[in-house]
Amino acid sequence: MKKMMRQWLCVGLLVSVAGISPVAANAQDVTVLVQKVKAKLEKVSNYVAEGKMKTDVAFIKAPAGKVKIYYKQPNKFKLKRDGGISLLPKGGVSVNMNSLLTDNNYMAIDAGEALLDGKKVRVVKLLPTSENSDVVLTTLYIDEPNLLIKKASTTTRENGTFEMAMEYGKFASYALPDKVIFAFNTKDYKLPKGITMEFDTGDKSKDGKMKNKKGRVEIQYTSYVINKGIPDSEFL
Amino acid sequence: MWKLLKIELYKIFSRPRTFISFGAVALLVGIIQFGLKLDGNTYIDFMLRDVSVSLDIEGKVLNGYLICYIILQLLLVHVPLLITIISGDLISGEANMGTLRLLLTKPVSRTEVILAKFGAATIYTLILLVWMAILALFLSLVIFGNGDMLNLKAEYIVQLKSTDVFWRYLAAFGFAAIAMVTVAAIGFFLSIFAENSIGPIVTTMSIIIAFTILSTLDIPVFNVIKPFLFTTHMIGWKGFFDVKVTTDNVAIIGSVQNLDRILIAAGVLILHIIGLLIASIAVFKRKDILS
Repeated sequence: MKKMMRQWLCVGLLVSVAGISPVAANAQDVTVLVQKVKAKLEKVSNYVAEGKMKTDVAFIKAPAGKVKIYYKQPNKFKLKRDGGISLLPKGGVSVNMNSLLTDNNYMAIDAGEALLDGKKVRVVKLLPTSENSDVVLTTLYIDEPNLLIKKASTTTRENGTFEMAMEYGKFASYALPDKVIFAFNTKDYKLPKGITMEFDTGDKSKDGKMKNKKGRVEIQYTSYVINKGIPDSEFL
Repeated sequence: MWKLLKIELYKIFSRPRTFISFGAVALLVGIIQFGLKLDGNTYIDFMLRDVSVSLDIEGKVLNGYLICYIILQLLLVHVPLLITIISGDLISGEANMGTLRLLLTKPVSRTEVILAKFGAATIYTLILLVWMAILALFLSLVIFGNGDMLNLKAEYIVQLKSTDVFWRYLAAFGFAAIAMVTVAAIGFFLSIFAENSIGPIVTTMSIIIAFTILSTLDIPVFNVIKPFLFTTHMIGWKGFFDVKVTTDNVAIIGSVQNLDRILIAAGVLILHIIGLLIASIAVFKRKDILS
């Protein structure tokens, strides 16, 4: 009887090991994949990029404008707009991928495959290991053959969820996108009419749009100057 | 006529009280600029508190263009009171001093007298506005610098590129000139009925204060009468600082949202000026001048 029970236990153990091992192997695979992506991103220690930024937030009327973007490892990022004022999503300071993988304090979990714009991508969930991290969860959609992050969705404690979608072109070998679309949640905006003393035009055309709580910032990069060095003063 | 206008201008600018308005504007603009230079960021933080929840605002928000807008927003409600001091005195002041009858003994028609006096009041108003523009716009640009302008409206924010702002101020000051001349016309019209300048000045001020309160109060019951109040149209200059957007919500540089409404507002004010001027001529021609 004892012998039989031991045999059953062995079988059970084998089955469970057989069941778990693909998950463990996959976790290891995606960790390697994320490391490879990170290594590719790290080939760029700094860059200065030029581009055009469009802001689409329900309560903001902003013109498209030229921007100059500075990045320096590990996490220095500055966006300068000609004329001065830029409105960027809170917490999305780094409208770039490098910021998502600046440290190794995360656990990568394989979430299978998905289709993105008709292309197969690997879905990887990154869970921060630090309890104090503002980021709760990051989901990456990785183009495995090219080691490119095509889309990222980040949920934070303070600033809600924001999404980044990237399109690559000339600078794909450096994992630098030609176009980034940043989507984020916005809160209400209102000032008392007694303060603004508004000129009442009876215009209700924007009322419907105001209800849209999703904001969007689109940056179309036109050029990159990579690894030529940037003085720290540019980030002040 | 030109000689008559020059005489009227001489009369206005030879009185020390004329310069009170210029001094008051300089003082008020200076106080606002001083306050905003010292603690402007607190003011901006308050105004942008809803936006800063979702967005990081980088760049020089508190620049000369925004300062000028804040100054105009505060002062264009009060400058009419300064204009009234002169326009409400033009006929009644002469009646009070006993020089009106003497003036009308000269070989000039009553219509010419009215047109010359109103012309002088208009020139005074325009000079006061130019003075205000120099201090509020040019001095603010010198002190606070140039840059994109954020127009913080009640329900949305308009970002104007620095290259797209100056012409809007020219248009806004042009509109403000029409609005202020309307005020001058009211004071001038009322001054025909009085023999003492206090009456028309205080009456014009009271009308402006009461109408401004009714125009700005956001109470539905007053919404019906708002279009009929000239003070509702006086703030039409603000319309130049709103832009049209494309279907994907990108602001169109050089455009003006609701330009037709601004032109209507300007038209209403011009009609007020013409109507009040015609009424002034009609009343003055029939007036029995006893002083």
